[in-house]
Amino acid sequence: MSMLSFERKYRVRGGTLFGGDLFDFWVGPFYVGFFGVTTIFFSAVGTTMILWGAAMGPTWNLWQISIAPPDISYGLRFAPMMEGGLWQLITICAIGAFVSWALREVEIARKLGMGLHVPVAFSVAILAYVSLQVIRPVLMGAWGHAFPYGIYSHLDWVSNTAYQYLHFHYNPWHMIAVTLFFATTLALSMHGGLVLSATNPGKGLVVKTPEHEDTFFRDLIGYSVGTLGIHRLGLFMALAGVWFGIVCIVVSGPFWTGAWPEWWSWWLNMPIWRT
Amino acid sequence: MAEYQNLFTTVQPVGPVHHGVDLPRGDEKRTGTPFFIHLLGRLGNAQIGPVYLGTLGVASLIFGVAAFNIIGFNMLASVDWNPIQLIRQLFWLALEPPPPAYGLSIPPLAQGGWWLIVGFMLTVSILLWWARTYRRARQLGLGTHVAWAFAAAIWLYLVCGFFRPIMMGSWSEAVPFGVFPHLDWVSALSLRHGNLFYNPFHALSIVFLYGSVLLFAMHGATILAVSRYGGEREIEQIVDRGTASERAALFWRWTMGFNATMESIHRWAWWFAVLSPLVGGVGILLTGPVVDNWYLWSVKHHVVPAYPLGNPVVVDPALLGAKP
Repeated sequence: MSMLSFERKYRVRGGTLFGGDLFDFWVGPFYVGFFGVTTIFFSAVGTTMILWGAAMGPTWNLWQISIAPPDISYGLRFAPMMEGGLWQLITICAIGAFVSWALREVEIARKLGMGLHVPVAFSVAILAYVSLQVIRPVLMGAWGHAFPYGIYSHLDWVSNTAYQYLHFHYNPWHMIAVTLFFATTLALSMHGGLVLSATNPGKGLVVKTPEHEDTFFRDLIGYSVGTLGIHRLGLFMALAGVWFGIVCIVVSGPFWTGAWPEWWSWWLNMPIWRT
Repeated sequence: MAEYQNLFTTVQPVGPVHHGVDLPRGDEKRTGTPFFIHLLGRLGNAQIGPVYLGTLGVASLIFGVAAFNIIGFNMLASVDWNPIQLIRQLFWLALEPPPPAYGLSIPPLAQGGWWLIVGFMLTVSILLWWARTYRRARQLGLGTHVAWAFAAAIWLYLVCGFFRPIMMGSWSEAVPFGVFPHLDWVSALSLRHGNLFYNPFHALSIVFLYGSVLLFAMHGATILAVSRYGGEREIEQIVDRGTASERAALFWRWTMGFNATMESIHRWAWWFAVLSPLVGGVGILLTGPVVDNWYLWSVKHHVVPAYPLGNPVVVDPALLGAKP
């Protein structure tokens, strides 16, 4: 029922990292595995605590529900449940669920005889989350420096944190990260567009080849990175963008507390300018 | 345990250069002798060139280079023609749009007139490049998907520098040319209109921007992970599904209960990338002409709580008709 026409021959046992055959089965389209069980456990507990926090909070307005980290005064200690303890447990559950999900991806990739690129890429995203919620708060000495769980409250956190450094756009690593995010999106539109244009050339025209794809971009900009290269380039730019995003926020606070526009004064004051 | 993971090309065979598929009658000849760069070949194709210039390409480059140079010379003039100071202060220098007092009229050259000329020339250059993108695809018998994606980016560019300033009645609302100055413009716009984070179109645009990065990471990683089955030959996989597509699809089906196909993932990609500037442009066009303060707008629509504001609330002098 939920199996694709070609799926049955791929549903073989093995490839698990932990638990042997015990959880080596599917539920509907989903593969379970040991890490599927841990994913379910962490997500269920975490979601329940978010709902509990929402129930104890002032509003059921979806946009305004927010679970805040402990006050700065708690430092790196555990806080009472309704004063940030919930946030701490939710964070633990989130990390548990994310890591379980990545390990489950490893099992699925092994089962299908695939490379491990997807779980490795996902770990970079997990690292970004851990950097914001654990590494930076620990470096700054209080869980209160992490962001709250809420749709608009986390935007407020971004805004407030950024303005603590006067003008975050001057953060050089933020500049690189934003450039990479835009460039990745540009490359994605060009890749998606190119493949669609080759396979959907219009009524009465035959489907084109990778030679046409290469020729199109060589004609247009003098270079085509190629069918294999574009996937390396896209993956690399996406991960590099996230990486520089991690750097730009971990630096802000633990290693730079001033205004980011002032950071650039080293450039203006270099001795080579003195004539 | 250790097995080969496709990251870089380790063995690079060097064959004859590819001169490109035949062009239809009426097209000009391609320019340049193709050559190889070994390091590029580690990542993707090693071959550089040839390029098709054509009338549209040459015209676009002329306008683009002229615009770039006018910006540069205006910056040079602003540091009293001192080339060392041009390098030193490059990130801080700007070619600014006219001051608000000029409205939509044509100002003197040094008062934003150059900005207006550069804006016009850059826009002509970009539109010519769009026509070139469209025409190159058509001449090779390809669809025009890349050109229409490019059009979405042009929409955002025109909103920021043309449509919104016209709706606001002043060129001064437009974006200056310069590294830090254009970042200052972004911050000033956000602060003036009650923080752009409260603009739902801005939020949606960021969702599509981050979504695009996520999609490219997922797609790039998936294709590399099935490259041992020929997964990067996507067109072939689309018209004649092979085991690479099947494994790629099942990977996501087993992971998250849903999968795209080798063709549909590129539609997801195209739409995510296109919707980011498309929705963002709508958000910017509304900022000012339709909504003055996104925070107050969000309070009114019960999206955010009304934070206690200090008294007295400061009224923006621009709203009282004061001219700078």
